[in-house]
Amino acid sequence: MQVKDIIRILDARILCGGERLDYTIELAFASDLMSDVLTLSNDNVLLITGLANMQTIRTAEMSDINCIIFARNKKASAEMIELARESDIILMECRYSLYKTCGLLYAEGVKPIF
Amino acid sequence: MTAAEIVNKLDLQVFSGENGLNRKVSGGYVSDLLSDVMGNADEGQVWITLQTHKNVMAIASLKELAAVILVNGNKPDEDTARQSNEEEIPLLGTSMSAFEITGKLYELIKK
Amino acid sequence: MGEKIADQYSVTGGDFSRAGYASSQIKKSLKKLGVDMAIIKRTVVATYEGEVNIVAHAWSGKIVFAVDDEKIRIVLEDEGPGIEDIEQAMEEGFSTATSEIREMGFGAGMGLPNMKKNADHLHVESEVGKGTRVEITMHLN
Repeated sequence: MQVKDIIRILDARILCGGERLDYTIELAFASDLMSDVLTLSNDNVLLITGLANMQTIRTAEMSDINCIIFARNKKASAEMIELARESDIILMECRYSLYKTCGLLYAEGVKPIF
Repeated sequence: MTAAEIVNKLDLQVFSGENGLNRKVSGGYVSDLLSDVMGNADEGQVWITLQTHKNVMAIASLKELAAVILVNGNKPDEDTARQSNEEEIPLLGTSMSAFEITGKLYELIKK
Repeated sequence: MGEKIADQYSVTGGDFSRAGYASSQIKKSLKKLGVDMAIIKRTVVATYEGEVNIVAHAWSGKIVFAVDDEKIRIVLEDEGPGIEDIEQAMEEGFSTATSEIREMGFGAGMGLPNMKKNADHLHVESEVGKGTRVEITMHLN
């Protein structure tokens, strides 16, 4: 699935990385706990989270995660967008719950990590 | 749909709270932030989380949730299981990740 | 062969908006040196967990980073409350974090265990009321 499909399915808003709409995502992981995300060994995973703070972006940077969706209508601050841009992370916001976000993406064929 | 049907269809482990398996399920809520669940979850939802401590059941009870599913193979703390029995809210488990079990639950409830 | 890089960063307790800055700089340095990406990831995940620990628990701290031909060495040293029982702190799920830290996505008792998992060698020493010193070693060959 490409970033542009995610935007369409979730009616999401892209905050940075808009020049990479054809970037392909195969795996997703949903969590609000960054300590949980930091235990993943996979790279190139889509992170779906309702935790929107600087540590979300930092965690993605350290874990080589290059695509994040903030669900639950969480908003990224200018500082967060800037850090994501510096780290080449594609950042999106959507107003759906984590439940609906996962449900819709899973139905469209995005795979879990394990 | 009841919590028991979800257990059967998604092959979930039942840790405790068996007396509540006839609870009706209205939908799902995925969160690991307790304050978020306090603020935003609705009655009758199944809560999917990797949090295992006792406060989980306190919140599930206050919000009148239908069941709690622990993901990633997490096991409940002893206090948590005890409180689930007291509140008669099933505490369930799966080795699947939150993303996967949510995908399956969403599909199941939508039907 | 001497050291290729030696850097030092200061960390302020409680400053969550900056937590991760040192780990980020270390990641950039390792990338520049052309270190294997898998080793970089394990190194910076362990360092970042340690950096978050300093911010979450200590008053102040510093992170010393050195690379030579054979290894990466990162020392995280803080002035803080220290760890009463290191063995217990290494257990998954054990945490003394406040609910505030938990709501920030940390404090689930996975930090030190995850550092141990990612580091080739982890050494922790601590004195209650004084502080904690954590040394991460990664082998390059």
